[in-house]
Amino acid sequence: MKQKLFSFVSLFTIVIAIWYLAALIMNGNQLINNLERKGQTWTYQQVISQAYEVKRPMLPAPHQVGQELIKSIIDKPVTSKRSLIFHAQITLNSTLLGFVFGSLLGILIAVGIVNNKTLESSLMPWVIASQTIPILAIAPMVVVVLGAINITGVIPKAIISMYLSFFPVTIAMVKGLRSSDKLHEELMHTYSASAKDIFWKLRWYSAQPYLFASLKVAIAAALVGAIVAELPTGAQGGLGARLLSGSYYGQTEQIWAALIVAATLGSILVWLVGLAEKVLLRRRGELTHA
Amino acid sequence: MLNLLMLNSTKPNSFMSQSLKNTLYIALILSQVIIVATSEIGFYKNLPLLILVLIAAAFSMAMLLGQLTNLEGKYKSIKALIPTLFAFMLLLTWESVIKGYAVSPILMPAPSNIFNALINNIPMLWADFKQTYLKAVLAGYIIGCSSGFIVAQWAARSQVLRDGLMPLGNFMSAIPIVGIAPIMVMWFGFDWQSKAAVIVVMTFFPMFINTLTGLQSTDALHKDLMHTYAAKKSQIFFKNQLPHALPFIFNALKLNSALALIGAIVAEFFGTPIVGMGFRISTEVGRMNMDLVWATIVVAAIAGSLSYGALALLEKSLLFWHPSYREGNNSR
Repeated sequence: MKQKLFSFVSLFTIVIAIWYLAALIMNGNQLINNLERKGQTWTYQQVISQAYEVKRPMLPAPHQVGQELIKSIIDKPVTSKRSLIFHAQITLNSTLLGFVFGSLLGILIAVGIVNNKTLESSLMPWVIASQTIPILAIAPMVVVVLGAINITGVIPKAIISMYLSFFPVTIAMVKGLRSSDKLHEELMHTYSASAKDIFWKLRWYSAQPYLFASLKVAIAAALVGAIVAELPTGAQGGLGARLLSGSYYGQTEQIWAALIVAATLGSILVWLVGLAEKVLLRRRGELTHA
Repeated sequence: MLNLLMLNSTKPNSFMSQSLKNTLYIALILSQVIIVATSEIGFYKNLPLLILVLIAAAFSMAMLLGQLTNLEGKYKSIKALIPTLFAFMLLLTWESVIKGYAVSPILMPAPSNIFNALINNIPMLWADFKQTYLKAVLAGYIIGCSSGFIVAQWAARSQVLRDGLMPLGNFMSAIPIVGIAPIMVMWFGFDWQSKAAVIVVMTFFPMFINTLTGLQSTDALHKDLMHTYAAKKSQIFFKNQLPHALPFIFNALKLNSALALIGAIVAEFFGTPIVGMGFRISTEVGRMNMDLVWATIVVAAIAGSLSYGALALLEKSLLFWHPSYREGNNSR
């Protein structure tokens, strides 16, 4: 444990050091180009001292991103349009809505596939093939089209999140619902259990570990879907909109701050699902340390 | 067609009625096709009852598919047709509803319109495909996957590297990496290099995690056996570790092939020269030219499915010895 912490901390330090160095080189070059264009002379000392204070740097140094984070999270009230918490909450709404409906849809499809042979042989190849289709790429289009028929706000974004999050759940649940022990199935049969009983008392139970593993993938996918879906909505807010406006106006600190908030949000969501898994599956006693 | 009619010839009693039924089913489906092909746009608005034919056709298809699923013996090869027939019915329903209710093409173009747009714009779509797929996706995919592999194979040997990179890898899998697209566009310019850079970052970590897991999944007994053979490190790697890691590596390769295409297209939303699939999608959406947008999506879907299929074939040929591919094994 101690050694793990040590390796992680040392790697973290190396990453930060590389970041500072890269910021120096990239911003320094930009600075030098600027000065030369103006015909001014420059020294390395001057460049180094100024490289971390450029406005709109190519790569903001970590402390610049930190300042931006403090400015947009702590200094601004939560209701302000410049608060990242405000935007994160917009993204979170559509993520969660899409995640809940996507998981339910995924479970339903899986149950259908497991119980119906025709459905399996006709639907399953398409479920797999549709994973190769870059649905994320058309997310902005779906938002625009739904906007054209007056469906705006959280719904279109949630639809994208839903679409992205139901596939992992379906695939894992089909596998999970079939993973019940053959012996147990036969035992249930000797009890003359009905199909409903076999489903609720055996299959559903054996599918639970698969379900939670896929829910972790699904919630991360739902967040990506929500962020990408926000790209074209512009003024409506959300982390995706922050990214886009930052890229339009060259506000690199804003982009990095939004990215870090998105990353934190993503890991918190996955961690929460993991926590729910631990609590709900504790009584199984065979929890895998995934 | 004859095969379909003869499906239940093994049961002599129900032979006549069953083949009659099947003829009826096929006739219903055919009549629906004819209705869609010949009627004027908006026919369901004029004759609402025609929708019954569509429902009957869908029902017939479901019955036929149900019979096909239960096929045994020498007709088993027909089973491969089931997904195709299912997709055909789906497209037929889509076309009928769009045409029948005269849905605005801005909302949802009919499959026939998409197909026309695809055929009429092949040169442009090919240029987009070249820009996005052949340049950005291939370059980014190859660099990202190979660097992920190389770093993973270092990490398999070094505990420090492993402990440091694993948490980072798990962290990166939870975050939306497409978000770095605007930064990469700023650094590497509007052309394909910035898209390739996004793809490198997106594909690196799945490849890294999967390869590392695979390399570490080697059986301890096999390791000992290699040791008794006095195998060199390189021999252990190529003859024991690598073959064991191959299923994991192919998993990552397949996952990455989809990720790479998504990354390239999304990155193009943030700035691109006037060519590329992402550019095409965003501009044609702005012009409400939906059939062309959908045609681009069809191209992307075909490219994605073909690369996935090619990888699956390669995997099959390299992993013929693996339990999941051996004959007589159900893939459960």
